[in-house]
Amino acid sequence: MKTVFEKTKGLTDKTFHYCPGCTHGIVHRLVAESLVELNVLDKAIGVAPVGCSVFAYEYFNCDMQQASHGRAPAVATGIKRVLPDSIVFTYQGDGDLASIGSAEIMHAAARGENITVIYVNNAIFGMTGGQMAPTTLIGQVTTTSPNGRDPLTDGYPINMSEMLAQLIGSTYIERVSITNVKNVKHAKKAIKKAFENQINNKGFSMIEILSTCPTNWGMTPLDSLKWLDEKMQSVFPLGVFKEVK
Amino acid sequence: MKKVLMKGNEAISEAAIQAGCKFFFGYPITPQNEIPAYMAKHLPKAGGRYTQAESEIAAINMVYGAAGCGARVMTSSSSPGMSLKQEGISYLAGAQLPCVIVNIMRSGPGLGGILPAQSDYFQAVKGGGHGDYNLIVYAPSTVQEAVTLTMEAFDVADLYLTPVMILGDGILGQVMEPVEFIPPKKRKLPKKTWATTGNDGSRPNNLINSLYIEADVLYERTLAQYKKYDLIKEKETRYELYNTADAEVIIAAYGSTARIVKSVIDGLLEEGIRIGLIRPITVWPFPYTIFEEYASSDKVKKFLTIEMSMGQMIEDVKLGVNGKKPVDFFGRTGGKIPTYDEIKGKVIEVIREVTA
Repeated sequence: MKTVFEKTKGLTDKTFHYCPGCTHGIVHRLVAESLVELNVLDKAIGVAPVGCSVFAYEYFNCDMQQASHGRAPAVATGIKRVLPDSIVFTYQGDGDLASIGSAEIMHAAARGENITVIYVNNAIFGMTGGQMAPTTLIGQVTTTSPNGRDPLTDGYPINMSEMLAQLIGSTYIERVSITNVKNVKHAKKAIKKAFENQINNKGFSMIEILSTCPTNWGMTPLDSLKWLDEKMQSVFPLGVFKEVK
Repeated sequence: MKKVLMKGNEAISEAAIQAGCKFFFGYPITPQNEIPAYMAKHLPKAGGRYTQAESEIAAINMVYGAAGCGARVMTSSSSPGMSLKQEGISYLAGAQLPCVIVNIMRSGPGLGGILPAQSDYFQAVKGGGHGDYNLIVYAPSTVQEAVTLTMEAFDVADLYLTPVMILGDGILGQVMEPVEFIPPKKRKLPKKTWATTGNDGSRPNNLINSLYIEADVLYERTLAQYKKYDLIKEKETRYELYNTADAEVIIAAYGSTARIVKSVIDGLLEEGIRIGLIRPITVWPFPYTIFEEYASSDKVKKFLTIEMSMGQMIEDVKLGVNGKKPVDFFGRTGGKIPTYDEIKGKVIEVIREVTA
């Protein structure tokens, strides 16, 4: 029989702990496939965040460090300074990167750290049970915005990609989604390019992947994809925000 | 090597470079600014790299990443900055990563002041960050001792896989003294096979981590860590005895304060009055046993703890003395340095009580 698809060697055999319908699994696969296809898995060092993907170190089949909440870009900086030839990536959610870790990501980009940041934005704190995040949409109901996010008290969503693109130090910033096959294929291309940039010493790359959280959004997986396409994308438009050729 | 005249902060930096420190992550704060400046200037010449972090929080997490790759790595700060580093220090201890952290103490709480103090003792030796852990904490009293202990700290960190702290104060950081850089006695150090360097396709993946979601696993890991702490207590506890033989009054003091105390002891000796000093060199592990030993002696009538704080180390002195003798206290804080005359006055008061 002809093999048409195989699990990538870039992932371990450990079963994901993610909820049904969560898109972390797809993103994990795309990152792992990219490392394998670029032939850098054996010199990759990943940094896992705090949040839903805290156990990422059990899934990526390479050396890993687990960082404190939001500090993955600082940890990655430490790693890259010691081992400039290694391939260093952080895998962070929006609570980790856009909330508590906003300073670390900003300065890693400003320094032009030659690292790859995988930023999974699902507009909510997932691991802790669905609290409001800096990325939560106006009107979105979470456990800490029970009547919907109100800009008068809760402010507005943060667009990290647009912000980081403003920094001279950043090289490549793109926002992608994984709601259909076409989008997944494109996301893979972007992630791969972000790693290629690092291999070619081009500096700081971040791919923001819009992602779903059916459990905490209180929707079916299919409705979640639809909500992402319709609602999230209107606040977080897809596209390349920075690319230094 | 001949003696050179150096400022404490610069001498600590040079000692680190000579001990093989290759990476330093800094952030400005007075009175430790000469450390990052020296490292920025001299570390690259030694094949290392200085990185200025955006905050003390980022700096300690950069230390985590670099230490996790097996490098010899250091950061430094002063009191308010050390508070910010505590989360990272807890993670370093949890992940069992070797590194050296320098605290050149200033006064607190809050922004406090920039003048010398010893009021971070609790933070340094009683945890500081969350969870069950300790650091090895050296409290040098002279610039020469700071050099020696800094050089040794890297070996000790690598041997026991733990962060090691150099706990100095603003006096030690700013004073200039002649120093010699003599490498410490060689220790047999384990290979860093656990470091994340890329698996090279030839070994199982390495993981730097402090997360253990199963209670049984974290419990066992913590017990193992504390077994290691027992070994550190047994092998690495250090103190200096000064003029303690036949003394009726024993002073407990560390760091710069101990130097002022020594001058007072010398002065009183010329007047025919004999008092002694126990100076902890490691404040963790604390030398409880020697305090208990002197407390058990009939000759010793009273202990006097002197600190640049409102009384922090005194709690450990009392644990050592264990109720066998009274423990008095004299302290100056807020950046005020206890003078020779103030300490002498207090000592004479204590001697009068004892002989009355």
